[in-house]
Parts: sequence; C-alpha cells; structure tokens
Amino acid sequence: MSSLEAHLPILQVLVPLVGALLTSFFRRGVFAWALALLACWACFVIAVWLLWTVMASGQPIAYVMGPWSVPQGIEYRVDVLNAFVLVLVTGVGAVVMPFAKRSVALEVDEHRQAWFYTMYLLCLAGLLGITVSGDAFNIFVFLEISSLSTYVLIALGRHRRGVLASYQYLIVGTMGATFYVIGVGLLYLVTGSLNLADIASRLGEAPVEFLRPIHAALAFLIVGICLKLALFPLHVWLPNAYAYAPSAATAFLAGTATKVAVYLLIRIFFSVFGFSISFEALPVADVLMVLSVAAMFLASLSAVFENHGKRMLAYSSVAQIGYITLGISLANQAGLTGSIVHLFNHAITKAGLFLALGAVFYRIGSLRISDFAGLGRKMPLTMATFVVGGLSLIGVPGTAGFISKWYLALGALERGYWPLLFLIVISSVIAIVYVGRVVEAAYFRETSSRAAEAREQPLSMLVPTLVLAAATIYFGIDTRASVDVAATAARMLLGGPQ
Amino acid sequence: MIVLEELVARYNYLITIFLMVSGLYIVIAHGNMIKKLVGLALFQTSVYLLYIAPGKIIGGTAPIVDPAYSVYSNPLPHVLILTAIVVGVATLALGLALVVRIHEAYGTIEEDEIFSKDGEI
Repeated sequence: MSSLEAHLPILQVLVPLVGALLTSFFRRGVFAWALALLACWACFVIAVWLLWTVMASGQPIAYVMGPWSVPQGIEYRVDVLNAFVLVLVTGVGAVVMPFAKRSVALEVDEHRQAWFYTMYLLCLAGLLGITVSGDAFNIFVFLEISSLSTYVLIALGRHRRGVLASYQYLIVGTMGATFYVIGVGLLYLVTGSLNLADIASRLGEAPVEFLRPIHAALAFLIVGICLKLALFPLHVWLPNAYAYAPSAATAFLAGTATKVAVYLLIRIFFSVFGFSISFEALPVADVLMVLSVAAMFLASLSAVFENHGKRMLAYSSVAQIGYITLGISLANQAGLTGSIVHLFNHAITKAGLFLALGAVFYRIGSLRISDFAGLGRKMPLTMATFVVGGLSLIGVPGTAGFISKWYLALGALERGYWPLLFLIVISSVIAIVYVGRVVEAAYFRETSSRAAEAREQPLSMLVPTLVLAAATIYFGIDTRASVDVAATAARMLLGGPQ
Repeated sequence: MIVLEELVARYNYLITIFLMVSGLYIVIAHGNMIKKLVGLALFQTSVYLLYIAPGKIIGGTAPIVDPAYSVYSNPLPHVLILTAIVVGVATLALGLALVVRIHEAYGTIEEDEIFSKDGEI
C-alpha cells in the first residue's frame, strides 16, 4: 500500500486519462458508463486519501516526474488547498455519474453516448491535472485538455444552439488559454523557470527593471483565467454553454470547471506572485472587488428576468462566482476562508440544483419556468432538493451558502469595508426573487399540461440529487470538514503557520 | 535614431505584437465563423514567436554538448511550442468541425444571419 501511496498524485490524473482512452473503445453507452463510474469513484478515493495524508502530515506532497529533478522536471505538488479542490472536483464528478446514465440516454443520440463518457473523463483528467500540477506550462496543457473536452460535451446536446454555444465558448476559451500562455511566457522570460514554486522564489529577487514584464504577465494571467472562471463581464459564454449542454454535463461543469479556474487564480495570486506584487503594485484588488460586486448584482438581475431554468441558474452561477472573487479581493484570513469555502459550498449547491433541473427535464421535457407549475406535487422530492439548493443560494442559516457568506462578511468587516456587508445582504435578497419564481410556480400554481403526466424521477437519478442536497445542509451545520480545511489553506496562502 | 535602433533591435517583439493584435482584431471584428477561426489561429501563432525568439542566443549553437562550444541556444521553448502547436491544431480542428455542424443546422456560417434565425441567444 505504501508504494501505491507514493504515486497517488500522478494516479489522480492517470486514472481518468486511461479511463477515457478505454471508454473510447466501446460503442455501447452502458459499458462506457460502467467504466466511467468506476474511474470516477476511484478518483474520489484517491483525492480523499491525498487530502487525508496532507492534513495528517501538515506538509505538501511533492511528486517528481521521471529522473528530472525540480525545477527542470515537472513537479506535481499537493498541499491543503489543491487537495481540497481535488476532493471537490472528484466528489462532484463521482456523484453526477450515476445520474448520467438515464439522463444521457435521453438527451444524447445513441451512437454518441459512449463518447459522452470519454469526454467526461477527459474533462475530469484535465481539471484534476490543472489542480495537481506545479508546472505553469503543464497547467496550460491540462487547461486545454479540459477545455476541448468541454466544448465537445456542450455540443453533444440535441438542441442546435448547443453547437453554437460550444463554438462561442471555443473562441472565448481559446482566447483565455492563449492569454494565460502569454503570461506564462513573460514569466519564463523573466525568471527562466516554469515551476510555480521556483518562479515565486525567483520573482522575489527579480531586479527592479524587470517589474514591468512581471506586471504585464500578471495582467495577462488574470484576464486569461478570469475568462475561464466567467468573471463579470467576461461571462457571456457561460449561460448558453450551461443551458444547451446535456443536463449531466451541466451539473458536472457547474460544480467543477469554473471552480478549478478560481483555484488557479488563487494559486497565481498568492503562491506565485505573492501578496505584495499581486495587490500592492497594481490596483488588482480594487478592480476585482468592483467587478465582483457588479457580478453579484447584474448577473442576479439577469437571473430574475430569465425564463429558462438552466439559464437562470447559469446567471446565478456568475453572481455566486462574484462572491468567491470578492473574498479573494479582500485578501485577508476571513475573506479568503470564505472564498475557498464558497468555492466548495457553491459547487455542491449548484451541482445539486442542476441535477434537479435535469430530472425535471427528464420527466417533462421542458425547462421553461412556466412549465414547472404544479411540479411540487408531482415530483415532491426533486422539488424539495431544489428548494434546499435555492435556500443555500440565498444564504439562509442552516445551509452551506450561509457559512461562506458569513466568512465573507467577516472578511469585509475586518477590512473596514462595512458597505460591502450591505451589498452582500441586498444581492442575496435578489436571489430570493429568482429562486422564489421557481418555487412559486412549482408549489402554488395550477398544474401545467406538461407537468400533469410527471412522476418522481427514477431512483438512480434521485439518489445523487438527494446526496447533494443532504451535503448542502450538512455543510451548513457541521463545518469541521469544510471551514477548517479552508482556513488552513487560507493561512498557508497568506504565509502564516499552517 | 536611438528610437529606430531600439526598434530594430527588438523587431521580433514588434512582429509578435502585430500578429497578436491583428489576430485578436479579426476574432472580434469578423462575423464569419471561419474567418474568426483564422484570426484565432493567428493569435495563437503569435505566441509561438513570443516563446521561440528569445530562445535563440546570438552565437549559440544547437544544445549538443561539445568541448568546442560553450554557448548554446535554449531548447526548452521549442519543446513547449511543439506542445502548443499540437494544442492549436486540435483547437482549430474542433472549431472547424463545429462550424460544419453549425452549417448543417443553420445553413449559414455568418453570425448575424444565425442570430436572426434563432433570435438573440
């Protein structure tokens, strides 16, 4: 077992990568699904094992490829922060997989179903690679692996707009990745290194005349990554991409893809450039804070006026990402803790909500909110999970969303930005409106013609939805697993003792 | 004159920036989906130049250890860009495949015509 444990960081990426290769040999969706299910849960076990090891030892795990020593070779480095993100990504990936079987069978053409699972695993491999790798260029390659497979996942839906949304995301996503590469290239020209930790130490001793390319590199990296994480106003690709992808893909992407990009942003800010370059030399924190607040309000308002259920939740995602980047811009212990916790809490909340919508689409074949009328009586458990998720989006005490907003508010107060406190509360009130529209339709209106025939979703889809809803409540009450790990990670990022 | 000399000494960066900006401009300004992809490819290609040009060291030879030489060019940018080229080819291929599917579904690849067929999306 100990020899296996030494190779966990690389297995984390290899298992889904090899799984993707194997699933591509199947023509029948069911076999590919079984293999993908196995690979996803194996990944989850590996990620939990990694987090456990890192938390127990308090030391990051460094894994070096081949006979090349750091900084020449590619290093995989697992510390508390990325072990936490690994658990999140693999957890969402594993929980969505049982749901995917029936949902994909309905929403994807039969001869393409096996490819869906190939792309799903490939995307998982890419996202895990970004998270686990300690090499800037390696991260770019994994970024493109995950992006390319995401474009295919979005285009697999039956609606012709899915292909269009996929094309638009491809243009924006490639621009984002290229900006990232330009940033990495400038850093490489200045430091001569691609290893993140090595870049960080060399930046510390960089002479003054190199400051300009360093600042340019930071700007390119921020814009590139913010395109991927859909920071307002770079979010235009996201609503359509989420709306027309197959339901299982939407739930998976909403819970993982933007979150990994947020992780990368945190890593670049705090581990590579360090606090002084990131936040003192350039007005990064101010810009990020303004854009975050704009996202919280404008994207929430867009969600209020949206009649398509998935697009509504997609706009809500843009707003929630605003909360996460708000915590980053505060750059103090409480704010960063809130940011990392919200990354986790929002991922499980939003994945659960998208699963509930996927189940609704499975039964009534529509996602217009007016067609939701009466679903509260026809699909009581599904809509109950939707209500739980909605409460967490609003930030009601007892749900996961409350915990993260609490820490964000603490962080804002610690900085003395008390107006932010009101902005957080007011933007949460807007969430009541858009969640309320669905709840009102589902519980208080006459049953619509589409909903009349609906029944509760099948068990294989219901269990994942319930698991995520239960997790939303659990992490709103018992915060030992989420907040403690996030606080440890925030302490590490801000340079304090672990 | 000093400005001119500075420019000539850094002409590789000028070409890089020119390619970068024109590629980005094509992506934003053109409504034709193939032309957008051409612009995107141009934009990506400019980055290859950004990496490779500084790897060349004047008077340096290929990095094969030999007692007769002491100055070597940096081979790492080439390796990185080989990877980036593969990524670029894959992106372009996928983008063109999507355009084929869009043409099948909508009968056109002009963005404004597609939006008028589907309403604002």
